[in-house]
Amino acid sequence: MRLEPRIEAASSIWVVAPLVAVAASFVVAAVLALAGGASPLSVFAAVIKGAAGTQFAFLETLTRATPLIFTGLAAAVAFRAKLWNIGGEAQLYAGAIMTIVLGTGALPLPAPVLIPMIMAAAMLAGALLLLGPTFLKTRFGVDEVVTTLLLNFVMVLFVSMLLDGALKDPMGLGWPQSKKVIEAAQLPKLIHGKRLHLGFVIAIGAALIVWFINARTTFGYEMRAVGFNPRAARFAGIPVNRVMAKTALLSGGLAALAGVSEVAGLKGNLTLDLSPGFGYTGIVVAMLAVLHPVGVIAAAIFVAAMFVGADAMSRTVGVPNYIANVMVATALLTMVTAMLFTRFRLKLR
Amino acid sequence: MVESTDVVLRLSGITKRFGPLLANDAISLDLHRGEVLALLGENGAGKTTLMNILFGHYVADEGSIEAFGETLPPRSPKAALARGIGMVHQHFTLADNLTVLDNVMLGTEPLWRIRSQRAAARARLAELSETFGLVVDPDTRIADLSVGERQRVEILKALYRDARILILDEPTAVLTPQETEALFATLQRLVGRGLAIIFISHKLHEVMAVSGRVVVLRQGKLVAERRTAETNRHELAELMVGRPIPEPKVEAIPLGPVALSLNAVALAGEGRARLQDVSLALHGNEIVGIAGVSGNGQSALADLISGIVQPTGGALSLFGQEIQYFDPARMVAYGVARIPEDRHAVGVVGDLSLEENLISARYREAPFSRRGLIDWKAARDFATRIIADYDVRCPGPQAATRLLSGGNMQKLILGREMALSPRIILANQPTRGLDIGAVGYVHQQLLKARGKGAGILLISEDLDELLALSDRIVVMHRGRMSMPMARSDVTIRHLGLMMAGHGFAGEADAA
Amino acid sequence: MQAIQIIFEASLWAAAIRIASPLIFATLGELICERAGVLNLGIEGIMTVGAFAGWFAVYHGADLWTGIVIAALAGAAFGLLHGFLTVPLGLSQHVTGIGITLLATSLTYYAYRLAFPSVTSPPKIATFAPLEIPLLSQIPILGDALFRQTPLTYLAFVAVIVVAYVLYRTPIGLAVRTVGENPAAVEAQGIDVTWLRIGAVAVGSAFMAIGGAFLTMSAFNSFYFDMVNGRGWICIALVVFGSWRPGKALLGAILFAAFDAYQLRLQQLAGAYLPYQVFLMLPYILSILALIAMSRRAGYPRALMIPYRKGER
Repeated sequence: MRLEPRIEAASSIWVVAPLVAVAASFVVAAVLALAGGASPLSVFAAVIKGAAGTQFAFLETLTRATPLIFTGLAAAVAFRAKLWNIGGEAQLYAGAIMTIVLGTGALPLPAPVLIPMIMAAAMLAGALLLLGPTFLKTRFGVDEVVTTLLLNFVMVLFVSMLLDGALKDPMGLGWPQSKKVIEAAQLPKLIHGKRLHLGFVIAIGAALIVWFINARTTFGYEMRAVGFNPRAARFAGIPVNRVMAKTALLSGGLAALAGVSEVAGLKGNLTLDLSPGFGYTGIVVAMLAVLHPVGVIAAAIFVAAMFVGADAMSRTVGVPNYIANVMVATALLTMVTAMLFTRFRLKLR
Repeated sequence: MVESTDVVLRLSGITKRFGPLLANDAISLDLHRGEVLALLGENGAGKTTLMNILFGHYVADEGSIEAFGETLPPRSPKAALARGIGMVHQHFTLADNLTVLDNVMLGTEPLWRIRSQRAAARARLAELSETFGLVVDPDTRIADLSVGERQRVEILKALYRDARILILDEPTAVLTPQETEALFATLQRLVGRGLAIIFISHKLHEVMAVSGRVVVLRQGKLVAERRTAETNRHELAELMVGRPIPEPKVEAIPLGPVALSLNAVALAGEGRARLQDVSLALHGNEIVGIAGVSGNGQSALADLISGIVQPTGGALSLFGQEIQYFDPARMVAYGVARIPEDRHAVGVVGDLSLEENLISARYREAPFSRRGLIDWKAARDFATRIIADYDVRCPGPQAATRLLSGGNMQKLILGREMALSPRIILANQPTRGLDIGAVGYVHQQLLKARGKGAGILLISEDLDELLALSDRIVVMHRGRMSMPMARSDVTIRHLGLMMAGHGFAGEADAA
Repeated sequence: MQAIQIIFEASLWAAAIRIASPLIFATLGELICERAGVLNLGIEGIMTVGAFAGWFAVYHGADLWTGIVIAALAGAAFGLLHGFLTVPLGLSQHVTGIGITLLATSLTYYAYRLAFPSVTSPPKIATFAPLEIPLLSQIPILGDALFRQTPLTYLAFVAVIVVAYVLYRTPIGLAVRTVGENPAAVEAQGIDVTWLRIGAVAVGSAFMAIGGAFLTMSAFNSFYFDMVNGRGWICIALVVFGSWRPGKALLGAILFAAFDAYQLRLQQLAGAYLPYQVFLMLPYILSILALIAMSRRAGYPRALMIPYRKGER
């Protein structure tokens, strides 16, 4: 058995690979369901119903997808330039912190001014957070995977510290939570009475902007070249380190927007459980989308559907909701394997 | 040379295909004990493929191999080694961070033995060193050895494993003429003790110097077999190429103004002086050839002129203006075209399309971009034009560049660089790995540019190429550059001595 | 002053050795993988699997050493998966590793929830008990620190010696070291690069899983979510800090653990002045600093993270 390079990439793979990944995750889920003593069909049915069976469920899926679009974009942008940003979690919390700092009354401004300000400040915070590990990579060759990962842990502790101290809600009965954002800082709901909020629209907009940057701007071209071959890019005159820094700014900023979206659009305040791993899940979303910004929207919705559906399913059928995490991890590994076959063909001796 | 009729190796009808490419076409040859057989052919003729089949890395589609009278099982480097076939690859298979002893011992003991017999191995290695005159310290790290010494380690590896047949694949590519002489002496010693050697090369003068018999491969076929004593370079060259080779005509033209000027340039890096006190004036309308064994500062010089590094001393001026800040984009802006040594890894971004690679130096300016947005139509039109003008064989301007063959990739790079209408060209090993047709094309383009007023720096390890194209020649040794010599004043022997260090300031007779 | 006195207390070093033990196993495991040229970012997930598998086996009646073996096998299984994806298929070692961590962790949590659907505090097991070494444990300070540990800790030290011996004094160790520097050299000797690398990753992953099992079977007596808490990533830094050598890695792990033990005690002293979170942050920050300090990476295996494709010359 050998891998032989293909002469031309089979373009159908771009569609087939994600489908194979999804199928594989369902197969694994079926096995787990059986292990849990439930019939796979009942599990799938409950998941699908829980994700999109009712209007409520569907809106919940979209709400859940919103932060994943942001973190997925963050990962996609970074990974395209081979900057392994695993710190989406920390950057998200940086954005959340800025939202609280600026949005709980310190700035008495009207919403059309306040919200963009908060977004800008949050993006800056997330960007600066990623700049550190990026600088360590370009200057010292320190692997950014480990540094961004370790910073995630540091950041969570930092948030905990703030919630015990500087950002603590004096009316919170001692729970570690922050004050609520003022009305002007809140992202309005898209449908009255439902949970889906403006963050979703902003996320779609962000995806389209990233797509435009990739396809039409010099920056997008630079990111592509640097991601594929930094040595050749440097030789051609592309300022590799500057491009990496700009990529880091964009990626960190996007992840931070996830934090803004969750705080200002959904939760209203900052708590320690704001993110159940959105940063990490964003990585899977990006890979499933083949790092394509518009694909990220679809992948985020799919992944959100899995989680929302699994939550509902575990309440009715009783199988643990971690099944969704397993499905998502399986989809990631399968996806990456399937993408291999765009470049190589399997030759059986 | 001791010659006997004992056939130690017989290849019969070896055929190998890679997709549509027929790399080896029914090749049959014999190797006798005590002889040096040269396997001659240009790049891409199928020599390395044939040897890889012999050694078990590839499997032949048809044909068989007999070593010492018994059939050799395919696809088994282990079987080849066990039978006494050793190979010294063109790219050394050494682990740089480990010692000589480590590298020699690897694979010689049963993998699951509880304890390595290092003392015994050390003794055996010392004995072999002594017998064959290949002196090397077993506890040195490979990274600390010179290239000639590393090659000695490779040969010792084979001898340690009781090789009776030794295959050397382009062994002199990285040696000075004097180190090459030393290698040839070693080969004579080996052959005197009954080994048989296959010497793969595309260098005619070496084949004439060291072999007893020569076999010529061309486009996968074995086209001729000769006793070395009964043939000559011209016949071999024609057999190798299949047709008479025209010599490029270098007409004398008056020199233009000074385009590039290096003044006592120094470059330190990687813990040593990569360039020391380098001075040179390059004029328009001339080609200055830079000779030297690789690793003596040519890469440093190329990096400097490409704008990748900053000199640590001295000055570099372009058209009279001193360059303060070095940057590839800056160099391009000044009209410097660069053809890099490694076209795959540095010259292009393989995964980008041809049109994306063609705008890589000028994507920030009109007509390719405006206000941060790229005009892909302009890029496409430019690409179509270059592909046509330079006859780049490809599926189209949007195909991935890594799909191109070496020759076509080089044509693409040439097209990109020449489109700048460059006034200075840095060509670093521009014809390495190309077939004869592509080599001729590159030479033609360089001479054309010279005629149009460009000043060209040609770095090449092929002395024949340098002598054919250059107006003046300099030699680099340990980071220093010799005084320029007119082409007519120079011979290969003279160059070889200089490449080994003779005549350089502060150098005693170098080893 | 009291802050300095702590350094000389035997209890600090005893705690340091105890805290270091899982790190030693996991660092050795990652070291073996990287020496063979494969970065294994599945370490965090594999440690989690090991922690759960060993503990779960004991919970169901197995004896402690059987539990360790089961943990090792579970780790090796994930190692085989990682090896298969990264070596013959040549997938990105970064992405595959993260995927393995996600997969291993989520499978563990799923299994745990399935086994204990509604339990609020997880069941306890009888762990390894400290084993005093006669005579040696009577030495002042050193005796208390080193020779009153659990058998699993002693195993960790033995493991360092064994791994060093195998790497430097056996043919298979030489092959592993070489395949991480130049796989072509190994191939040229007729040794199969693929199986060698996959084997190394599997063995390394087994070590990692034992490191995880230490948490549930020696340090604590139960399995919690987020138990591993970033130790895997810290071990990646420790491998770099130890220049890919077992002896230096041991030293690094002990130093790091000593620092961790120290900051715990410091918390009690200075807890009024600094929030406890600051102390908890220090291990991670220290790891980042260690990575920067060793950034010149003189000893790194040259073929690390470069996939090897046969016949691509």
